[in-house]
Amino acid sequence: MAERKKLGLIVNPVAGIGGRVGLKGSDGAEIQRQALKLGAVPQVLNRATQALEKIGNIDWLEIITYPGEMGEDAAKACGVEPKVIGSIKPGETTAEDTRKAARDMLRQGVDLLLFAGGDGTARDVYTAVGENLPALGIPAGVKIHSAVYATNPLSAGELAALYLKDRIGDLHEAEVMDLDEEAFRQGVVSAKLYGYLKIPFRTSLVQNLKMPSAGEGASLASIAYDVVEKMEDDWLYIIGPGTTTRAITDELGLGKTLIGVDVVLNRELVAADVNEAQLLDLLKGRRAKIIVTLIGGQGCVFGRGNQQISPQIIDKVGRENIIVVSSPEKLYALGQQPLWVDTGDEDVDRMLTGYIKVVTGYNQRAVRKVS
Amino acid sequence: MAQQDITQQRYTDGKPNLRRFHQARWDEPINFELSREGQRGVLVPEVEEEIKDQVGDVLATLPLTVRRKAPPRLPELSQPQVLRHYLRLSQENLGADLNIEIGQGTCTMKYSPKINDQLAGHPKLAELHPLQDEDTAQGILEMMYRFEGMLKEISGMDRFSLQPAAGSAAIYTNASIIRAYHKSRGEADQRDEIITTIFSHPSNAACARTAGFKVITLYPGQDGYPDLEALKAAVSERTAGLLITNPEDTGIFNPRIEAFVEVVHEAGGLCVYDQANANGILGITRARDTGFDLCHFNLHKSFSSPHGCGGPGGGACGASEALAKFLPVPLVAYDGEKYYLDYDRPDSIGKVRPFYGDAPVVLRAYAWVMSLGAEGLREVAEIAVLNNNYLLNRMLEIPGLSAPYAEGKRRIEQVRYSWETLTEETGVHSEELGIRAADFGVHYWTSHHPFVVPEPCTLEPTESLSKDELDEYVAIVSHVTGEARTDPELVKTAPHNSTIHTIDHSPLDDRSQWAMTWRAYRRKAGGA
Ligand SMILES: Cc1ncc(COP(=O)(O)O)c(C=O)c1O
Repeated sequence: MAERKKLGLIVNPVAGIGGRVGLKGSDGAEIQRQALKLGAVPQVLNRATQALEKIGNIDWLEIITYPGEMGEDAAKACGVEPKVIGSIKPGETTAEDTRKAARDMLRQGVDLLLFAGGDGTARDVYTAVGENLPALGIPAGVKIHSAVYATNPLSAGELAALYLKDRIGDLHEAEVMDLDEEAFRQGVVSAKLYGYLKIPFRTSLVQNLKMPSAGEGASLASIAYDVVEKMEDDWLYIIGPGTTTRAITDELGLGKTLIGVDVVLNRELVAADVNEAQLLDLLKGRRAKIIVTLIGGQGCVFGRGNQQISPQIIDKVGRENIIVVSSPEKLYALGQQPLWVDTGDEDVDRMLTGYIKVVTGYNQRAVRKVS
Repeated sequence: MAQQDITQQRYTDGKPNLRRFHQARWDEPINFELSREGQRGVLVPEVEEEIKDQVGDVLATLPLTVRRKAPPRLPELSQPQVLRHYLRLSQENLGADLNIEIGQGTCTMKYSPKINDQLAGHPKLAELHPLQDEDTAQGILEMMYRFEGMLKEISGMDRFSLQPAAGSAAIYTNASIIRAYHKSRGEADQRDEIITTIFSHPSNAACARTAGFKVITLYPGQDGYPDLEALKAAVSERTAGLLITNPEDTGIFNPRIEAFVEVVHEAGGLCVYDQANANGILGITRARDTGFDLCHFNLHKSFSSPHGCGGPGGGACGASEALAKFLPVPLVAYDGEKYYLDYDRPDSIGKVRPFYGDAPVVLRAYAWVMSLGAEGLREVAEIAVLNNNYLLNRMLEIPGLSAPYAEGKRRIEQVRYSWETLTEETGVHSEELGIRAADFGVHYWTSHHPFVVPEPCTLEPTESLSKDELDEYVAIVSHVTGEARTDPELVKTAPHNSTIHTIDHSPLDDRSQWAMTWRAYRRKAGGA
């Protein structure tokens, strides 16, 4: 018999606890206590169970998890006897437990790590395993800005099953985003891109008998080819974070800091992982273009994860010199939702609104509204 | 055991039950596997010596290059084996003559009258050769000429070419005419952008790219209709033209279509109306009246010629007076006495396909229009639209279904539905519903590219079906979605009563496994 596949499971037991009682997040022991006092009932166990049930008959699978509320309970709720590792203090788990669990899963050599939680959980998983382990989120938190989460627990289960059964092989780097919770509770939204997790990826929303699609990889290569072909000498190219933009530096044969902003001039890298001040310096006496992509699932173009490209810089470069790139798949997934910006400067935001041409492939553009 | 009277099960309380469908399911090998050495069909007698002497070696009259060195490696089978083989395969087909064919939306699967097939098979047509002298083919040329006249009347255009053999070939032809037009004005290099909408049939974007244009795609506005402001932002001195389907693949008619044409004309571009599927607008709106410069009709959809599993079809291209000179050669013309093929067209883009159009396809379309008349054509559109909106209302009674974009509005001849809610609630996907629907003897289809609508399903009832048939189809879909809620495994493990098997689609997403040619297959499969 073929060796059984190993699925790692981590449940963040306090994920989502703040949401139902209006707390806009669940990070920090104080908030969690407050939530429980307000009568919050954790939903995360339910959601993790739903996802596991979706995987169906689990005989071909070994589930490895942490004790009690961190995964064991969810597995047992669907009648599975998991292999339990590690130890926790019941009722007092912290972010460090999630990180520790994720590191243990990596050591155990799991094929996929399924975790239930929100942006904070995704961040902890990312901190622990980076891009060394395929992972996928079961959405259960209050804040879900990270693209590493499936749209609901059922599809998380389904995607996990397809991946573990080798029915889909594609992994795709998805954004791990998190808000500054302290600011958020005071009504200020500011988000940060922390990194990328590798998640199983199914290109099409439906699988179709008629129409092979080359997958997102082919779209990215086609976009990169377009942008590079049209690059002009002596212009500064400020390249924002992301895998779409990285395809462009790949096409140029240059390295890229995935979550940083890099600068290219005459097809050479002139600065990596720059901040606003460095950018302003580089801009002196030069014409420049900005290349950015939107964040998957939410459509933000400026102001999330690429704050280094500040309103002042955007203003200096000018609207006509902004190149927005996105795979068609990423645009389809937005449905009717418009693109948006939140640079922190109202005038610049206003300047950016209206219709823009998004580069979706070689000699292909989509006109989308920015609001 | 007592005889079962199945007629007793057709009704419950006077209402019809779902048909108890069960399709033939053969484990039929391919005919090469059935081959056994020495098996053969009817042996044709040798030619008598006397005749041989007179005629000589017939093969020797063929050029060496087309003569086979060795006989073809055909399977060796007896005649009854061949008959059984193909009859079995035909029984495994959910073809248009077997099912309530409304499940292949955008394809206008209307009924193709059998009598028109008989006409097309008549020796007077079947034995014609395209290289025959014009004088001996006056009948078919006259028919093509008259049919062109009908299409001119239906569209308001001034000339038609019947040469392209498909809708996509017609769109490619029209894109080529756009280039020829700009070239004639010395603007071909500057005007290299074609604008289309995301829900225009994907052939428009694809053919524009194939013809060498850059493509700009517009998304719907907040109201779900094609976005005029987006168009205004897209046009420039680079605009070559607009390729647009209307109603779009969603069944939504663009209420601002005249403004679209105006904006593009003002920018100096040409406007092309993809009327492949004109079934909801025949006799109601005309492309030229709206200002379009070019259009095309699919004879294998709106004009009832069968689709033939991908051909042969007909993509008749229409042009305004100013653009007619660019149409492919030859055109069928009449000099007052005689019909002839006019090759004397110096500005033509040339040929897009051999000969002058697929004669049997044109004949069926011509016969279909003649049987209906002008009034009849309009009635076709009216009934198609009525059927579709009835179906839309009945379908939306099923929980878990929506008709996204321009929600709550009527549609023209088809609808792209979404089962997103049902999928979220049950985990059952649209495609799985379709496979289960085959167990009840009906075809059901999701969507072609682009996959913008989640869990899609595209239905188009045409004018051919009765209210009872639409009700039967809805009852089947409703039943299957009910099963998705009560017994999802039953749906997910379908088919149970039909021949189809589930197929692993994952190689479709994997470029390393694709093979468009036999040679590519052998290379990728690691063979020679
Ligand atoms: C609106 C529209 N345009 C073009 C086409 C392409 O036609 P064909 O399949 O004949 O190439 C289709 C066919 O589905 C269509 O519905």
